[in-house]
Amino acid sequence: MAVSVKADGLCKSFGDVTAVDDVSFHVKKGEFFGFLGPNGAGKTTTIRMLTGLITPDSGRATIEGIDSRKDPLHAKMKMGVIPEFGNIYVDLTAEENLYLAGKFYGMSKVEREKRTSEILEILQLKGREKDKVRTFSKGMKQRVNIGCAIIHEPPVLFLDEPTSGLDVQSRRLVVRIVKELKEKGSTIFLTTHNIQEANELCERVGIIHKGKLVAIDRPERLRNTFDKTQSVEVSLEGDFDGSDMCNEHVNKVLRSGDKMIIYTDDPDVTVKELVTYARDKDVKIVSLRTCGPSLEEAFLRLTGDKR
Amino acid sequence: MKHSEFFRGVLVTAEKDIKIYYKKPPVIIFGLLFPLFMFLAFYMGRKIELALFFPGFLAMTLFFTSSSVGPLVTPWERQAGTYERLLSYPVDIKVVLMGDILAGSLFGIMISMVVLAVSWLFIPLQIVNLPLLVLTTLLGALAFSTLGVLLASPATAAPSSIMMLSSLIRFPLIFVSGIFIPLYDMEGVMRSLTYLSPLTYLVDLFHAGIGGNNVLPMAAASVALLLFSAVFFLLSVKIHQRNMIKGM
Repeated sequence: MAVSVKADGLCKSFGDVTAVDDVSFHVKKGEFFGFLGPNGAGKTTTIRMLTGLITPDSGRATIEGIDSRKDPLHAKMKMGVIPEFGNIYVDLTAEENLYLAGKFYGMSKVEREKRTSEILEILQLKGREKDKVRTFSKGMKQRVNIGCAIIHEPPVLFLDEPTSGLDVQSRRLVVRIVKELKEKGSTIFLTTHNIQEANELCERVGIIHKGKLVAIDRPERLRNTFDKTQSVEVSLEGDFDGSDMCNEHVNKVLRSGDKMIIYTDDPDVTVKELVTYARDKDVKIVSLRTCGPSLEEAFLRLTGDKR
Repeated sequence: MKHSEFFRGVLVTAEKDIKIYYKKPPVIIFGLLFPLFMFLAFYMGRKIELALFFPGFLAMTLFFTSSSVGPLVTPWERQAGTYERLLSYPVDIKVVLMGDILAGSLFGIMISMVVLAVSWLFIPLQIVNLPLLVLTTLLGALAFSTLGVLLASPATAAPSSIMMLSSLIRFPLIFVSGIFIPLYDMEGVMRSLTYLSPLTYLVDLFHAGIGGNNVLPMAAASVALLLFSAVFFLLSVKIHQRNMIKGM
């Protein structure tokens, strides 16, 4: 098995606060790996250590077999980075930003021009390439940001919360571009707190909480670990707060808009009880569906949040 | 790191700085207008022979222009969020700092040469050593652009804080460097104090090149400027490396 990204006992403290505590994992070549965690869990610190932006207190990170601490420049040549707080130069045009990135990666003028033209096409920025980036929307800026990270066609791409704050259209475009890169064989390392995104895109996810890696597996298997988190979503006419449904099978009942979500060990029993309840009380069932365990629930349980 | 990678990184960083930061208002205000106002404030209404005062004025121009780009770049990039993007490229911090120094030096050299050329047309300057004048301009630009980069090293995303710090440090230097009071007129503590200022050596070398009225040995003054440059650079690198360890 070829390994693309490897973290080996990474540790980082800021004063008395341990941000990352002995984190080890590997990402296979061509894999789409998600790194999840609540805000402040240590995701960004981990990605910044992997990409050589900050120095770990201890531990080792390698990119395509190159130690990112001992040989940071060659490690950086192998990767493209879209940092969470990274931006592009708003005083330059989209084209100038891409040229600048190409120059930093040592690309020749011919290569830069060819690749810039291709990227502007992919990013749907043709026609706006001569405009200063300060006139762009957030989504367009993020597309240029991605362009700067992929101009040299890196084998590994790090994305730190790439769709955060984007409109739906820009988000879809970003997701499509990342998926295409993955199909072309790039290894993708995505940090996010958007569980839906991780679920949709990633082949494996690692979950970090309070600086420690608490789980690492395929999203499906993480979900199945928590079979108690299956639920029944129901909408009944009239007042129904779910309190009548509390019994040994039901773990909790939550309101979600005009629906109630009943978390249960046994959806079959709960559905039958709901039907009986509706018949007895003579209320109409507007909608009823069973839901499997969600990655969100797995995530919340793993990170100790039992909301 | 190969030499080609090193030079490429330095040149691309400098090109980026030139394109983006030369036109920023703080560079124009602190780099161009301030030395002019300082000159006018001290020259107007006083019976000073301009040719005698000129080496000091030229040194002041080079000092302000060279040291005006550096303090802006890093804090501006931190504020704009481009600093992380820059460091994600295959460059290390020494390369980035050298690129900033090159951009600051070129700005200082360019403006000072324009000032020298224009002044030469109108003021009867007695240029006694042109090669020394050129060498001094290069050394001065290097020393003060490195000072500018050092001033920008504290981890802050507020350019105004760094510009304030830079003014706080740069202004006192012009009063203890033989610009307004010639070095040969200073005695005791004041004279000793002038040796702590890198600007003193630049002013004296310009006096050596224009008029030939230097006080210090030219070689010693040149070495002093080089030493100041080296110390400023090493301190900048240390501070930036410490910032990276602290995650700032």
